[in-house]
Amino acid sequence: MTAQTIDTTTRRVPPLGGFSLTVLRIELRRMVRNRRTVFFTLVMPVLLYLIIGTNDTYGDDRAGSGNVSAYILISMAAYGAVLAATSGGAMVAAERALGWSRQLRLTPLSPVAYIATKSIVALAFGALSVVAVNVVGALNGKAQMPTHVWIAAALIAWAGSVVFGAFGLFMGYLLPSENVMQVLGPVLAGLAALGGLWFPIDADSTMGHISAVTPIYGLANLARWPLLGGAPHLAWILNLVVWLTVFVGGAAWRMSKDTARV
Amino acid sequence: MTTSTTPIPARAVTGSDPAVSLAGVTKDFGPVHAVRGIDLDIRPGEVVAFLGPNGAGKTTTIDMILGLSQPTSGEVSVLGLRPRQAIAHGLVSAVMQTGGLLKDLTVRETVQYTASLFGQTRPVDEVLAGAGIAGIADRKVAKCSGGEQQRLRFAMALLPDPALLLLDEPTTGMDVEGRRAFWAAIREDAERGRTVLFATHYLEEADQYADRIVLVSKGRVVADGSGAEIKGLASGRTIRATVSDPDTAALAGIGGVDNVEVRGDAVIVHAKDSDAVARYLLTQTDARDLEITAKGIEEAFLSLTGDSNDDPEGATA
Repeated sequence: MTAQTIDTTTRRVPPLGGFSLTVLRIELRRMVRNRRTVFFTLVMPVLLYLIIGTNDTYGDDRAGSGNVSAYILISMAAYGAVLAATSGGAMVAAERALGWSRQLRLTPLSPVAYIATKSIVALAFGALSVVAVNVVGALNGKAQMPTHVWIAAALIAWAGSVVFGAFGLFMGYLLPSENVMQVLGPVLAGLAALGGLWFPIDADSTMGHISAVTPIYGLANLARWPLLGGAPHLAWILNLVVWLTVFVGGAAWRMSKDTARV
Repeated sequence: MTTSTTPIPARAVTGSDPAVSLAGVTKDFGPVHAVRGIDLDIRPGEVVAFLGPNGAGKTTTIDMILGLSQPTSGEVSVLGLRPRQAIAHGLVSAVMQTGGLLKDLTVRETVQYTASLFGQTRPVDEVLAGAGIAGIADRKVAKCSGGEQQRLRFAMALLPDPALLLLDEPTTGMDVEGRRAFWAAIREDAERGRTVLFATHYLEEADQYADRIVLVSKGRVVADGSGAEIKGLASGRTIRATVSDPDTAALAGIGGVDNVEVRGDAVIVHAKDSDAVARYLLTQTDARDLEITAKGIEEAFLSLTGDSNDDPEGATA
């Protein structure tokens, strides 16, 4: 029937489990092209800062080594990073709903390389959001704080958002919907309020005790720590680490279930 | 980006491995026995139709060949490799009927994305042109018609120049012309050595385009052969001839004859071995106007996969 056969001996397995810069570039372009994502993760935190953070009645009051505008700027940058990282992670929900995840499993791409790509995209978008709030804040001129505080606070807000990349991924596997962010957006707004990003919460009140166990609490306080000074509380770091463990564990658990079922 | 060379185990180098080999494969989902023991070897370059009613275990079997699920017992190997290894080497592709595309990517981005995940592929532009979608390369997938999306899925599948191609209901939604062009392309690839295994409900399509039909029912292979063999196996052929004074007893005595009927001066014989009946009629009688007709594969399909084979635990997913 056949005189020839396809030579199967020269085939190569891709390095790094199929991790590729081309994919990274296309994934980033996808996110930037999505108007809804751009509005909620880049435009909204900037607008919130301009509306809340530049108010003349309290903006110039002192807050640590800077003013209240700086305090709010850091909070909004952290909020933006949280939204962006969650959106990045939650992209997996739409990909599963569309059968793209299954398609990827018919390629040499390894699950580890896939997660690495998604994490980098989520963090890159988080960085974009943090930079947007900080650049607009600097240009606006209302926020005052030492340069090293600008930089340290921005870096902490960005790095801490990795917790929410894992959160987005976990929710993406849990909620098989194309519009998972419509659910997660309000949830994150509520968590941001509980975590103390919208308004300061008295640590010794009942509210303060509730706040301390919610997922944004650690990130919010650590991001403002360079501005307010003092030693970082163990509770902040513990909060961040515990929630990171919960979300990464949850995502890994759902992912393994996913693989088993398909 | 550079690529590393991973040597394929020496077993594969001989080229004598079957493209697909299933040995005693079963798959249970809890109490449900979806696959109850399939043994199947597919040779390189064969075009094989996987035919069976819904719930026969076709999709479950294809998933195991693709390494998407593990058999409960038995062995699956693809070109002498484990399924996931074969996928990692870019030796196996599959085209699913629906889904599997990101709506917010363009056609070209989708192919580039897929190409970058493999160790090596054919050039993206060549594949786009080959699939007839170079003209819509910059169109968003969401704006492509169903037929265009199906071509895109094929372009993605053909990127790594796979040695084995699995197709799930490949021509659903295609018009007659599209279907013919599609099969012409598939046959051409098969002549270069590509093995094709397709699941289909188009029974005529299986008969027309496959070298071999594997009929599956209730998790088992119930028939395996060429279209003609399958048809013969199930219902035999009907021989009709004009014979003066037919000897019905002699006809009924020929091996494989199921039924003899006389209508006027015509005799109608149902037999599995139509050649033996025809030989008898033409050599031992004055038979003329002899006709042999095969039953359609549709009927063969129904009689082989129908409820005739009693199976008390027949509930499959």
